Amino acid sequence: MAGFLAHARLIIGALALMFVVAAAGPVAAQQPSSVNPSGQAVSEDQLLNALQNSGGIISGRVTIPDARSATLIQPAGQDWRSFHERTLKWIGAISVLGMLVVLVAFYLFRGMIKIERGRSGRVVVRFNAFERFVHWMTAACFIILAISGLNITFGKSLLLPLMGPEAFTGWSQWLKYAHNYLSFPFTIGVVLICLIWIAGNVPNKTDVEWLKRGGGIIGDDHPPAYRFNAGQKMIYWIVVIGGAAVAITGYLLMFPFYGTGVAGMQLSSTIHAIVGVLFVAAMLGHIYIGTIGMEGAFEAMGTGTVDENWAKQHHRLWLEEEAARVGPNDTEAQSRARTAATPAE
Amino acid sequence: MARMKFLCDADRCIECNACVTACKNENEVPWGINRRRVVTINDGKPGERSISMACMHCTDAPCAAVCPVSCFYTTADAVVLHSKDLCIGCGYCFYACPFGAPQYPKVGNFGSRGKMDKCTFCAGGPEADGSQAEFVKYGANRLAEGKLPLCAEMCSTKSLLAGDGDIIAQIYKERVVKRGYGSGAWGWKTAYKETIAS
Repeated sequence: MAGFLAHARLIIGALALMFVVAAAGPVAAQQPSSVNPSGQAVSEDQLLNALQNSGGIISGRVTIPDARSATLIQPAGQDWRSFHERTLKWIGAISVLGMLVVLVAFYLFRGMIKIERGRSGRVVVRFNAFERFVHWMTAACFIILAISGLNITFGKSLLLPLMGPEAFTGWSQWLKYAHNYLSFPFTIGVVLICLIWIAGNVPNKTDVEWLKRGGGIIGDDHPPAYRFNAGQKMIYWIVVIGGAAVAITGYLLMFPFYGTGVAGMQLSSTIHAIVGVLFVAAMLGHIYIGTIGMEGAFEAMGTGTVDENWAKQHHRLWLEEEAARVGPNDTEAQSRARTAATPAE
Repeated sequence: MARMKFLCDADRCIECNACVTACKNENEVPWGINRRRVVTINDGKPGERSISMACMHCTDAPCAAVCPVSCFYTTADAVVLHSKDLCIGCGYCFYACPFGAPQYPKVGNFGSRGKMDKCTFCAGGPEADGSQAEFVKYGANRLAEGKLPLCAEMCSTKSLLAGDGDIIAQIYKERVVKRGYGSGAWGWKTAYKETIAS
């Protein structure tokens, strides 16, 4: 009995082995000699080539909670780098230095534009206290924003070698804080400027005439203008539109990842920088004409009043309007005082 | 001196994220920052690949080029490091970096940026090698101890390689020849303007 069982076990074992070998044979024969699991795999070149046409990023899935880390490669950074290190420096240098050169040349050629008939001694109110407050709040912020903005682009080349790394970092760090925090009063200023002066800054027919006659910039011509001439209207719209552009792009950069990702921040930074340097150039022109460029102009924003002869020369139509409103020999304040006094009589 | 590089063999990476964890632990990386991460491309599809990515320590590094205070420097081993004492947290290196390496701890409201933090190739910073001040700001300085970055050192499949660029490229080439395939050295074209034939 035991002998039979031993034989049976041997035969069953042999049969089983044969079956396994027979079954395995054809499978082994079907396997290719080598496997290339990368045949179907994603390749970096393929992904980079796809981006060359459409832009964007190579990204995937990450298991860590920070979704931003899912970006593997963003080639657009290289474009931003070349913009920031080359293009922007040229645009900035040409616009800011170019404007300074033009202003110096213009001053040497033309000098200060005088009040032709001299001062009359009578003054008219041009900007009230609130208007002046808004102007100077925005202007003071702008100057610091401009210096800190130019510092972050040009400081490395101009100031860092002079100040040394530690001092330059300290200075830049404070300017960064100033740039960030002063953006708030600046933005409020731009909004208020937009609201308080929009009525006088809508383009109209007198602007066409003013521009045709070159605004009296060359020669002794004085094309008539209402409260703001076409040049001032341009400054107004530069401040409103440029201010809105730098504010929006600036806040996108200041609050990273709140409104936009890295591509949006690159675009914001590009717009912010270009508008910023052009803004600085435009404001240099504005500062020039409001100070050494024209006699009697600064006091409009300084004391708030201008000489009547200045107004007659530069804003004849506005002066006529004012005269019709408050009487030819009165200042606005006197007129208001009299109107207030009348009911009591 | 050697030219240090990272190389992630995507055909070996199993997305275990141990490099991510090792880096965080070894360098005591600030909360919310991951100096290294594993990104899976085409997740769940045929040909899916995972790549461990951190600062690649680029040749002609974009971060260094755009930094407005020039706080970056390149060591003799070609590791790109920066000084947190000089960094003003402006975010420019993040805009320029192709690999998303620079990150900023939130130090105020609305995500305002603190001093930038990124992979140091486990090489610390400008402070004295192995000093406490260096460790607090930048993490470990394994290179000064003659060790390579921990992420690569403890990679279980030896997918992530760190070290002399020529040597790791040679290792990778041998692997490609032996197994007959390779999906390339991810990021090398962008970081080093070169590739390893596969």
